[in-house]
Amino acid sequence: MNADFTAEELQFEQEVREFLQNDFPAEYREKVDAGIRLSKEELVHWQKILYKKGWAAPNWPAEYGGTGWTATQKHIFATEMGLIGAPEPVPFGMKMVAPVIMAYGSDEQKQRFLPDILESNVWWCQGYSEPNAGSDLASLKTAAVRDGDEYVVNGSKTWNTYGQYADWIFCLVRTDNSVKKQEGISFLLIDMKTPGITLKPIVLLDGHAEVNEVFFDDVRVPANNLIGEENKGWTYAKVLLTHERTNISGVPRGKRRLAALKRLAKNTDDGFGGTMLDNASFRTKLAELEIELQALEYSELRTLAALSVGNAPGPESSILKIVGTELAQEMDEMFVDLAGYHCLPFVPEQFEDGFQGEAIGPGNSAAAALTYFNNRKLSIFGGSNEIQRNIISKAVLGL
Amino acid sequence: MDFSNTEEQQMLQESVQKFVYKSYDFDTRNKIIATEKGFSDENWELFAELGWLTVPFQEEDGGFGGSAVDLVVMMEEFGKAMLVEPFVATTVLAGGLISEQGSAQQKAELLPKIMEGKLQLACAYAEPGSRFNLANIKTSAVADGDNIVLNGSKTAVLNGSNAEVLLVVARESGAATDTTGVSVFMVDATSAGVSIQAFANVDGKKSAEITLKDVSVSATARLGEAGSALSALTAVVDRATLAVSAEAVGAMEAMLHKTVEYSKTRKQFGTAIGTFQALQHRMADMFIECQLARSIAIMAAMKLDGGEDATEKSKSVSAAKSRIGKAINKVGQEAIQIHGGIAMTEELDVGHLFKLVTAAEIMFGNTDYHTERFASL
Repeated sequence: MNADFTAEELQFEQEVREFLQNDFPAEYREKVDAGIRLSKEELVHWQKILYKKGWAAPNWPAEYGGTGWTATQKHIFATEMGLIGAPEPVPFGMKMVAPVIMAYGSDEQKQRFLPDILESNVWWCQGYSEPNAGSDLASLKTAAVRDGDEYVVNGSKTWNTYGQYADWIFCLVRTDNSVKKQEGISFLLIDMKTPGITLKPIVLLDGHAEVNEVFFDDVRVPANNLIGEENKGWTYAKVLLTHERTNISGVPRGKRRLAALKRLAKNTDDGFGGTMLDNASFRTKLAELEIELQALEYSELRTLAALSVGNAPGPESSILKIVGTELAQEMDEMFVDLAGYHCLPFVPEQFEDGFQGEAIGPGNSAAAALTYFNNRKLSIFGGSNEIQRNIISKAVLGL
Repeated sequence: MDFSNTEEQQMLQESVQKFVYKSYDFDTRNKIIATEKGFSDENWELFAELGWLTVPFQEEDGGFGGSAVDLVVMMEEFGKAMLVEPFVATTVLAGGLISEQGSAQQKAELLPKIMEGKLQLACAYAEPGSRFNLANIKTSAVADGDNIVLNGSKTAVLNGSNAEVLLVVARESGAATDTTGVSVFMVDATSAGVSIQAFANVDGKKSAEITLKDVSVSATARLGEAGSALSALTAVVDRATLAVSAEAVGAMEAMLHKTVEYSKTRKQFGTAIGTFQALQHRMADMFIECQLARSIAIMAAMKLDGGEDATEKSKSVSAAKSRIGKAINKVGQEAIQIHGGIAMTEELDVGHLFKLVTAAEIMFGNTDYHTERFASL
């Protein structure tokens, strides 16, 4: 048993590190460190830099322009990206719809959609959740009725991330009401410019509208935008949801944030002449977090080792999702703890791109509570942690 | 032994409940927060008429009696409705400090105005580097003839942007964390050299960062004797700590109630999610947390009203704040999680209750701080 990288893997790690040091724009790095959101243009610009390097799609097979990397190489790449704070490509195109198109789309659809996803020319968003279909996704109601060469779509979707930026949306729609709920779902690609689509921003607890409700009112969609066969959409969606759970442990990001916590603690007065890094209970919590992060990292490496010898990713990924998200949320609490009074001001605009006013509080301490609020989503989305525990009970423990 | 409310406490509770039912629904609250002032003058006048503003004050000062149990009863109801009016800032903190530390003349001049709803105040004690240590005061107060000149920075000044008078805690002598040498000065908020950066906190209440640059006040603006204010400040902040703890207890009870009701109506997999045992047990745990939180708030209130010495009183307040802080994390996070995505939105009240209790956990010292204070007293 060993957890060492090979000489080639170490060399690859070095190459990735150097590339990110040189090519991830310093300006974006500063923004990420300060808790400021990157704009759409900045995210696309960064993705195009990755594309030029040939590293835009680590998870794609080489034949579609992917890297053709081994599981370990993908892990190394994700780790280095997380450590430096470089954003992963927006997942909706690259990680979600693309694998479905590759597996079930027609050749025409592959040629039409995949290159633009790879080059970040087209921004995709998701249309699967609905107000009454959350954890129970298969109960979705948005209907698509065939009318000649078109489908007519009516209904609404929610938790649509960055729909305000999107050119296209992939949707799960109901095409048959007469059968079991999983068997009447189809997978449809829809141009966001189609008449009848309206977007309503949803402001979250951090004051930011990163998600939307999307309404479909007699939206006419060409039938050749259907992926695969009608009523087989649930099978396709499961592929998509599996991909949603990869890289979800967030270990590299966790390491980066842990280092930031230590730095911050060292620079935060405890009010009694010392710093928070000397504070006994804070130190204990910090140590516990670091230990948990190590346990998570080695759980991820064990999953990875199984993958590299050809085993399919199993329900173990649920462990990574649960522990990774809970750990991230505990770190959020630590940032709130450190910030003390300084995280109370609710001034979300000062963390938006282009803010010109006078900032409130030292550093980005006023972002701590906002991040704490926003990251409560981590244990809710991507299959809530309750759903993940159901998966473990059923698929692993056989209960 | 009797833990039931007295007739007077029951009337007080019903009076708040009646007001909330008639005039303080969630939409109304949102509209109040959206105003520049961030609270309603009309409500404040009504609070005065209803006698609520007299609750924290002693009978000899013209108040309702200053019982901590009364305060807890009231604050719980305020918490359920998420009232943003500056009750704690003006009456409990600033009013309390005048009552504890002020001369007879200062009390006679200011307290009636507060109780009549005619004066807004704020207490500027915390500083950017002081964290939760009340003795850590770097703002300086230096004599200049008959005047005192103040210099320094203040943070987390509740109601700071609406106050006509700021009670500025400043150091006249000694080193930054000495327990002696600290005084309180009444400063007109419009004085030269006072700059106020206003904002709303995550719980919707107005707050401010305040800088004092060569602010000159008369020596008569000092509350009580020079350098003697720390024990009064400690007692008053203890009382305010209990007030926000009780506010959090009320907010947690509201969160529990809303979560249970939601779980009965939200259907997934063809059944109400409240029928899932995995969620039932967690809601049972939320209930346990709410009960323990309420119990320890009442304990602290009874001790504040009783004959214990100052240290014992402080210790009981820290016990309450520490235990309630633990409950806040559990109940708040579970309320969001069990609701799911919908609770992440600004549109639903449960997320705002979550933000309120998060702020309450921090105000006047967070859970860790009060656990350590409990151990050290």
